[in-house]
Amino acid sequence: MRFDYHTRYAQGFALLRHTRDRVGYGLLLAVLLAAPLVLSNYLLGELAYILILCIAAMGLMVLTGFTGQVSLGHAAFVAIGAYGHAWMLAQGVPFLLALPLAGVLAGLAGLVVGIPAIRVHGLYLAMVTLAFSIVVEQVIGLWRGVTGGFMGLPVETARVWGASLGSPTPFYYLCLAVAVLVLLALANLLRSGIGRAFAGVRDSEAAAYALGIGVARVKVGAFALSAGVTGLAGALMAHHLGYLTPDAFTLLLSLDLVLMVVIGGLGSLRGAILGAILISLLPKLVTFLKGFLPEAASRQFGLEIFVAGLVLALFVLFEPRGLNGRWLKLRALIETFPLYRRDTFRRQKSYMKTERNR
Amino acid sequence: MTDSLALFLQVTVNGIAIGSIYALVALGIVLIYKATEVLNFAHGDLLVLSAFSAWALIAFAGLPFWLVLPLVAAGVAALAYGMDALIVRRIAGQPAFAGVMLTIALAFMLRGLVSMGFGTEAQTYPTPWSGQSLRLGGAAVSELSVVILAVVLVVTAGLWLFFTRTRLGVAMQAASQNQLAAYLNGVKVKRLNSLVWALAGATAAIAGVFMAPVSLVDTSLWLVTLKALAAIVLGGFGSLPGAFVGGLLIGLIEQYAGVYLPHGFKDIAAYLVLIAVLILRPRGLFGEAHGRRV
Amino acid sequence: MTQPLLELDKAALSFGGVRAIAGLSMQVHAGEVLAVIGPNGAGKTSMLNLVTRVFDATQGSIRFKGQEISRLPRQAIAHLGIARTFQNIELFETGTVLDNLLLGRHRFGAGAWWQQVLRTPALTRIEEQHRAKVEEVIEFLDLSPWRNSLVAGLPYGVRKVVELGRALATSPELLILDEPASGLNPEETRDLAFWIDDIRSDLGITVVMIEHDMALVSAVADRVICMAQGRVLATGTAAEVQAHPDVIAAYLGT
Repeated sequence: MRFDYHTRYAQGFALLRHTRDRVGYGLLLAVLLAAPLVLSNYLLGELAYILILCIAAMGLMVLTGFTGQVSLGHAAFVAIGAYGHAWMLAQGVPFLLALPLAGVLAGLAGLVVGIPAIRVHGLYLAMVTLAFSIVVEQVIGLWRGVTGGFMGLPVETARVWGASLGSPTPFYYLCLAVAVLVLLALANLLRSGIGRAFAGVRDSEAAAYALGIGVARVKVGAFALSAGVTGLAGALMAHHLGYLTPDAFTLLLSLDLVLMVVIGGLGSLRGAILGAILISLLPKLVTFLKGFLPEAASRQFGLEIFVAGLVLALFVLFEPRGLNGRWLKLRALIETFPLYRRDTFRRQKSYMKTERNR
Repeated sequence: MTDSLALFLQVTVNGIAIGSIYALVALGIVLIYKATEVLNFAHGDLLVLSAFSAWALIAFAGLPFWLVLPLVAAGVAALAYGMDALIVRRIAGQPAFAGVMLTIALAFMLRGLVSMGFGTEAQTYPTPWSGQSLRLGGAAVSELSVVILAVVLVVTAGLWLFFTRTRLGVAMQAASQNQLAAYLNGVKVKRLNSLVWALAGATAAIAGVFMAPVSLVDTSLWLVTLKALAAIVLGGFGSLPGAFVGGLLIGLIEQYAGVYLPHGFKDIAAYLVLIAVLILRPRGLFGEAHGRRV
Repeated sequence: MTQPLLELDKAALSFGGVRAIAGLSMQVHAGEVLAVIGPNGAGKTSMLNLVTRVFDATQGSIRFKGQEISRLPRQAIAHLGIARTFQNIELFETGTVLDNLLLGRHRFGAGAWWQQVLRTPALTRIEEQHRAKVEEVIEFLDLSPWRNSLVAGLPYGVRKVVELGRALATSPELLILDEPASGLNPEETRDLAFWIDDIRSDLGITVVMIEHDMALVSAVADRVICMAQGRVLATGTAAEVQAHPDVIAAYLGT
């Protein structure tokens, strides 16, 4: 069993409170830094893609998991980040400037969407964001002058002071650096006043108002932050894709991001990362499964979408706290072994009460 | 009759024709929402399943349309009943988000199964009214569209009467507002909810079977769910007449946008309407405004 | 006569055709414990919601320390030093007791956003200060055993105390409690009475409590206002109000 023995408040709210955590995450970082030495270029590219998805998932998690605002349309912000970045590069903006600016651009879009969007709740917000995503997808296709329309937009290779970041290893390190920075920044934000305000708005708006929290400002801020981080992921995605077309940013991408966040576990950055890893590995898993199935069932990608749905359904039904919930339960089991009580995390049966009067 | 007026009339007729399909799909979704406050994202996929099943029965089993319609409706109703009884029921009491996620998951599963089972090629099949049209003023309207509109009117009226006049319907509304209290009043909530799902499944089946001849059977047909959502929002959440009116209006708006607005607006017209309504008048045309006591 | 801390002047509130409050005039003096009693539907919680700007008054004015507050945005009220609790507990269910109480410190700021992102030493100091203040509240309300517990699993009585603690964490001048004793057993109600007394005496906070428990009211309140049908029926000490014929007719019964 593990007991916390803190002598200063600061120890209580540190990010890594125990030696075991510090060692564990240190090892993980070392492994990730050493990856290019052992992995092939192909695998490195895949890992970079997973890192990009982690960033996007963390972006969505800020909005949906931490502030309680459902967004079924985050692909729109990925697209805005990607196209914005590509366009800026084409205009000659240096890469180190274009990347954060793409995030800022997406953040501004999030601001614009957020201001009207906060007037609606729950289901309605889900539908507004859904509709927004579809509209953006269409607009990208039609705005040929800037986005190249349905014909597509080529993305210049990233160059930093003459050195190219196009090859797998430097690109991988770029994605890793951005992912780690985003993770740290968000982790710090979420354990400070702003993060607490997010959670307050999520859990009880009435109480939040009564404590002096400007609920509208917090929601719009969450939208902007979430969109900005997702846009950053989009900018990196532009380099990964090399060539942008509207059908890389469809509703399916939005739903994929939501799957990552929900399966990962709402309300935790670790959940966003775990969810991103699982969802991005799902196609590989399905391809692997296809080897065992008869010819007819392995036709096109019906199986992939079926498996994605099945995994989501299983999590919603049996593990609503997601992969992060599993992780916490496992950790609780290990920490309190052998005194772990089986019903520690048992869920209460609840009856449906209308949410129309929230 | 002048050309522009004839065009307007034709576009209006087309709008009502496609709008009545949207209305039928919207009705099904509102049904489930009224009873369980779950927004069924899988509704469009039930529609696609119905359409493909109808095609398979007509093309391979050679059954006549008259037989296929009730068969598919009954089958999909049973499937919907099962979906609720076995799966969706388990998340009662959890926040609305869980319901959305679960129905999205079911939508994915259905879509995957349909793709795997029926293939990806678009199909179509004949109906007793295919290829026949009437002339209404200066506009040509297919007999099939008239039949669809009539069916939708009947279904809407029937459902509205059911919810407001019958004991079962009132019980369903009670269960949606406070499930525990409904239980305590002897309402068999679980069975009722599954029945509603079956009813909604039947409406999806009817829409699917009738729609296929209008616009090719293909897995992308599930997108009609989104149009139906726009219809529901416009008409007012939780309102059956609203879903009907909303569906027709969305159909009309789309067709007008296609003809009178620049290229590209037709595809996003429904979504722009959805966004505008939710921002400006969230309760739509016939919906109720809700508040909360603190 | 010093100006009252809080004053409602002919305030009115209607919901469509329903008049929740009609011509309500009342005063709260600094340093007192004022109890507001009355039958259900009298407008007591509506009065609280008016003061905390959940609703807009259709008429009349509301003044806090002389300043007109009836048109301020809802989140500005806490910054003035007015705190409230809720009839149906509105805790942040996913958090611990500590998380809930820390949010009570929101109005004192938590550093600039960039300080939070970079986690500067200055920010760590600010966080420690907030934690220290919250620890005082925990100490005051005997919440130490529950400090790191998730509020969702706590007994009802403890949750009510956490709600009270969160309001105290905002360091208010005026604390408005909405039925603080509802659902509490006699022992908990006794603790509550002592706490309210201490809040007034030691912390110097003015307390307004909406209550049905006449024993608690008699024990703690300096002054009692009885409301019925959206207006004041009687004012005075607990004994005076309880003996008032109108109050007996409308609320207490014989």
